[in-house]
Amino acid sequence: MTITWLIEWVNDSWLGFLGLPGAFILAVIIAGLAIFGLVAVHAIVAVYVERKVAAFMQDRIGPMGQGPGLHAGKWGLLQTVADALKLLVKEDIIPAAADRKLFVLAPFILFLGAFIAFVALPFSESLVLADFNVGLFYILAVSSFGVIGLILAGWASNNKWSLYGAMRSAAQIISYEIPAAISLIAVILLVGSLNMQAITSAQSGTVWGILPNWFVFQNPFTFMAFFIYFIAGIAETNRTPFDIPEAESELVAGFHTEYSGMRWAFFFLSEYANMFIVCGVAVVVFLGGWQSPIPGLMTGRIWGLFWFMGKVVFLVLIMMWIRWTFPRLRVDQLMNVSWKVLLPLAFFNLFGAGIWSLWLD
Amino acid sequence: MGVNKTEEMVLNIGPQHPSTHGVLRLKVQTDGEIVTSVTPVIGYLHRCFEKHCENITYQQVIPFVDRCDYIASMNNDFGYVLAVEKLLGIEVPEKVEYIRVIMAEMNRIASHLLALGTFGLDVGAFTPFLYMFRDRERILDLFELTCGARLLYNYMWVGGLSHDIPVGFVEKTYEFLDYFEPQIDEYNNILTFNKIFIERTADVGILPVDVAINFGVTGPNLRGSGLRWDLRKDETYSIYDRFDFNVPVGQGIKGSVGDSWDRYWVRVEEMRECVKIIRQALDMMPRDGDVKAAVPKRIRPPQGAIYSRSETPRGELGFYILSDGKPKPFRLKMRSPAFTALSVLSEISQGWMISDVLAILGSLDIVLGEIDR
Repeated sequence: MTITWLIEWVNDSWLGFLGLPGAFILAVIIAGLAIFGLVAVHAIVAVYVERKVAAFMQDRIGPMGQGPGLHAGKWGLLQTVADALKLLVKEDIIPAAADRKLFVLAPFILFLGAFIAFVALPFSESLVLADFNVGLFYILAVSSFGVIGLILAGWASNNKWSLYGAMRSAAQIISYEIPAAISLIAVILLVGSLNMQAITSAQSGTVWGILPNWFVFQNPFTFMAFFIYFIAGIAETNRTPFDIPEAESELVAGFHTEYSGMRWAFFFLSEYANMFIVCGVAVVVFLGGWQSPIPGLMTGRIWGLFWFMGKVVFLVLIMMWIRWTFPRLRVDQLMNVSWKVLLPLAFFNLFGAGIWSLWLD
Repeated sequence: MGVNKTEEMVLNIGPQHPSTHGVLRLKVQTDGEIVTSVTPVIGYLHRCFEKHCENITYQQVIPFVDRCDYIASMNNDFGYVLAVEKLLGIEVPEKVEYIRVIMAEMNRIASHLLALGTFGLDVGAFTPFLYMFRDRERILDLFELTCGARLLYNYMWVGGLSHDIPVGFVEKTYEFLDYFEPQIDEYNNILTFNKIFIERTADVGILPVDVAINFGVTGPNLRGSGLRWDLRKDETYSIYDRFDFNVPVGQGIKGSVGDSWDRYWVRVEEMRECVKIIRQALDMMPRDGDVKAAVPKRIRPPQGAIYSRSETPRGELGFYILSDGKPKPFRLKMRSPAFTALSVLSEISQGWMISDVLAILGSLDIVLGEIDR
């Protein structure tokens, strides 16, 4: 179910009078709305789950509104929906000293970076919007686009805390993209392709007879690469223990200190969208994508979607677990972890994976 | 290329900031992330405590003392009533002494839990904070059972107590202690020995013992610097000489002596000692006796001045009372431990990063109510 299929489908339907350009525009709008729906629903569900997970980890019960109606619902199930509605109707405040144009622009740029990365994620065997040959490279490229939004937000707010947050996040995200990308190259070496579906397909079957043939199990170097990528991924999404750009106890709220209402919600939305992207890439590259953990069991289009989402949710839950367990690193320690630990490891890993692939051939 | 000397930036941390522990303002000169100087600006919570005391009777001062260090009201009450009793020369009944020690030590645990929890919060760990609050809640429940209040107790009176301990208090306290002791290991597992926490706090904000003494820093902050100085042991008051307990000091286990981790660790260990003291006090406490037997009808101390000090969770709390023979103190001066602890902040946080300054501030465990008074 790619975008080309969607264009043909629109063109063949009664909307055929629109012609190919019209069908293209319509197909893009349909796909965009679908992705936005996914992002929004994921954010709403993930925020709820995060609050509940945090609450259970901390011996609390979390949101527990009861009764019918919009009042939070039973088990607080509608809590995040209510929060989202509240954010929608909140007053939109732009500080007097802010650079208005950039201030308004920043959340959208940040969101765009996360949003367009969804295009290349293979949700299932046949469900990927754009199955193109540089899929992984594209995701890495566009997801680093968001940092421009962060810097703009920090600068345009004209607030010292925001500025600190923006500068920290710029340094952090750029530093962590390097080990993340290099750890992914180890897998790309073995597959010989940047196509997301090709990477997924390369992980079918079993390894050592029992484990699924996922890259995380295939050889020691890809195993290590998974952890390097995942740690770097947590840092890229600005989550504890790498949440220094928005470190609450230091920088109040970092780059989004001055934002409120829906603009702030877009920061939140893109944080959760970014989590999805990072976990989605980890799933595709290391955990077999939409493939079933037991080869041959429950395969097919719908099950593929189920396995993909299941694995992503699993990784997102691990991210939450980490977030509510660890303290935060200091900014220089964060850089040390990236440049002195993860980067050498990733290079060593790449080297090892190269030797391994030569030796196997 | 010439040398680019960038301009230093003044950063105002507070008075409205998530981690200033009250309404404290820090004027921080920063060179990028590095802090070149810190100036604490206080007074946002000033309530004229000392001047107020000149217009109210000795008994009426107690609720005001509660509100100074509102995290450890029992200890503050204890310090104040000791001073007034010294002025009056009152002997209080045995049972009152024991209950006072139990309450003070329980409040010390509650206060340390808050200090450790918010310190964790300052370095970004949210979960330990709530674990500690969960257990602090149990202590507050016991206080509520005793005197009806959860934060500002007004429990210790000159010469006695406002209420006797209720039926079942002793059993409930034993139960709490049995529950609480293993919890300390849980805190250690989740926070104290966490690698990131050690990275953030060990060797950060080292307070050398001579600087600590020069600034008059007392309490866990001084003991964290390695000096075994605890008024409960070294200038024993009330009945502390009857109990067997240790005074933990910072040994630089994870870094050097006197770093933030040591100050934290001293508090963790002190909680264990508090449990020890409470157990002994509960065992030895006489079960009957009137807690109001020695409460004077009206307090009219003789002319003279007195200085009395006691060990609160934050350090040495001193009361200087000048009496002119009237029912109201002529002058009352409070020496608050948190004030001296804050004064040392600018000395030890230069050259560290912004995040470290907040970690150091958290490790000093200040309460603004006591600093501003």
